[in-house]
Amino acid sequence: MNLFCVGISHHTANVETRERFAGHAAVDSRLRDEVGCAEALLLTTCNRVEVYAASPQSVPTERIAHCLLASGMTPREDEFEVFYRHEALQCVQHLFRVTSGLDSMVIGETEILGQAKKAYAAAREIGAAGPFLHRLFQRAFRVAKQVRSRTEITRGAVSIGSVAVDLAQHIFGSFETRKVLLLGAGEASERTARALAKRGVRDIRVTNRSAERAANLAELVGGRAVPIEEWEGHCREVDILISSTAAPEPIVTRAKLAPLLHGRIDRPLFIIDIAVPRDVAPDVNEMEGVFLYDIDSLQSIAERSLAQRREQIIAGEEIIARHVDDFSGWFDAARERRLRGAGLNEPSLRPSES
Amino acid sequence: MRARAFCVGFANVGAGSYHWLAMDRELLIVSTLFFCLAMVRTALAIRARNYRPAGFNFYSIALGFVFQSAFLTVRGHALHRCPLTNLFEVFIFLAWSVSLIYLMVGPAYRLSLMGAFTAPLVFALQTFALIAPIDRAQTLNLVPSPWLEVHASVSLIAYGAFALACVAGVMYLVQDHQLKRRQLNSMFFHFPPLTDLFAAITRLLWLGFALLTLGIAAGFLIGSPLPYVKIAWSIAVWILYAAILLARHLRRMAPRRIAALCVIAFSAALTLLWGITFISQSHTT
Repeated sequence: MNLFCVGISHHTANVETRERFAGHAAVDSRLRDEVGCAEALLLTTCNRVEVYAASPQSVPTERIAHCLLASGMTPREDEFEVFYRHEALQCVQHLFRVTSGLDSMVIGETEILGQAKKAYAAAREIGAAGPFLHRLFQRAFRVAKQVRSRTEITRGAVSIGSVAVDLAQHIFGSFETRKVLLLGAGEASERTARALAKRGVRDIRVTNRSAERAANLAELVGGRAVPIEEWEGHCREVDILISSTAAPEPIVTRAKLAPLLHGRIDRPLFIIDIAVPRDVAPDVNEMEGVFLYDIDSLQSIAERSLAQRREQIIAGEEIIARHVDDFSGWFDAARERRLRGAGLNEPSLRPSES
Repeated sequence: MRARAFCVGFANVGAGSYHWLAMDRELLIVSTLFFCLAMVRTALAIRARNYRPAGFNFYSIALGFVFQSAFLTVRGHALHRCPLTNLFEVFIFLAWSVSLIYLMVGPAYRLSLMGAFTAPLVFALQTFALIAPIDRAQTLNLVPSPWLEVHASVSLIAYGAFALACVAGVMYLVQDHQLKRRQLNSMFFHFPPLTDLFAAITRLLWLGFALLTLGIAAGFLIGSPLPYVKIAWSIAVWILYAAILLARHLRRMAPRRIAALCVIAFSAALTLLWGITFISQSHTT
């Protein structure tokens, strides 16, 4: 029995190529019925299209790539060259790296684990995943969990919006009773407001020079529009202020903010200034209970988190190596049992030591 | 009738009855090692930028607490009373109170990181107590009274709560500093939210204040005249914490200042406790 993986990812192919090979129905069963794989599983995400298969005989990469190509499409010249192939132990190691987020575009992202679980469930449902893939994927899920819990690979947010939401969570804890004011209706503030709404913020107020735009955005994020003239009054009440106007000079200054913060000394104010040029004067950060983050500081935290995640790759690889070794032992024993039953003899997953 | 004395502290035992010291000190050394272990492990994890509030810290502190309790039990049996007869025992009882409040409060308020800050404090208290020549028998003059022991033990448990408020205050200040400077280390991600931490500080202050009030009230029921300096000191500490709580509830101070005051107040109270007790010991031996 050969265990292998064939696929393309953001490392080897651009999005257009990935689209041509992604999301085609019944590939798992075609791989079994037409190509001759004993077990086959298709993992498709926006960054990768991969087939994991177990087969008694060797299956050429081109045949699998053909199966993945959308029906009615003809392969372009040298198009299959973007496909990589991992055999035996390399295949096991690759899957463990994928599910742990070490091979992802954003290192340590956890979405891939859910996608792998879905792919596995789909393959099990149609009977395409047998004992080898079952064991392989169950182990991969375990490895991913260990890598996540024993290293800092998922620590820290790596996009501006998620950094802002993470910081807000570290200041306020739960969001249910928190109030947010969006000053300006930019795209970045919309994304941040959406993320906050997703985490439980119920009171979102939107203000903008264009009342219509404010109303539209308020509807999108499940908030309410308030007149631009009243933004200072709302500042007294809110916990989070997201600013992204096109004003040429700071509109939130220390002098303006100081009287607004009277009577709320024990409530912190988190200001996210996503505007360029900045809407909030930098010295506002020196005020008691005010935490000001502009686009540069958010970006720099995101970059530091990413760098810290990269530092954790080695620790993740060590965990994976232990599991690959362990899995290899099980795989060889299982295959030997199967071959002994059939009176055959085959090389193992491990490379020869001679 | 053998005379006993107490304000925040001490009763006499027969001089020369300290032959059991070696055994109970061993228990204390083991306890101190557990706190040291928790502290070193945290320091290494922070250095490796891989801090996570695992059960290790909690269990190390819990084991340290078990050995602290064993020490206090052994010594209590030897003294036939609550072991609060000299500065050494006062420090250990205080360290025990800190651990007790941490084990009660820490998990309840999801303040697991508090262990990373509690362990060094307890370690410092116990190491100082073990190294300094303060474990000496006392001869004081107060009529024995159960209120004496209630007064001493409840007051020191109140100090345990104030110590934890101080620890939470340090955590608040560290987190506030990191947020203001925008320099977030791996420990930052394990801090409880700033607002939760402030709520915990308030609760700990109230707990400590209520216990201290009870302790002082018990002191007035002892029946013997108490040393003036100790009464003044107890009242001063009570007023200090009452002022902090008042400032917090009247919203006269920002949370950061309240947190800083918790640290300053506990440090001052601890220094005064040591100073006054040291002077008392010098006068009575």
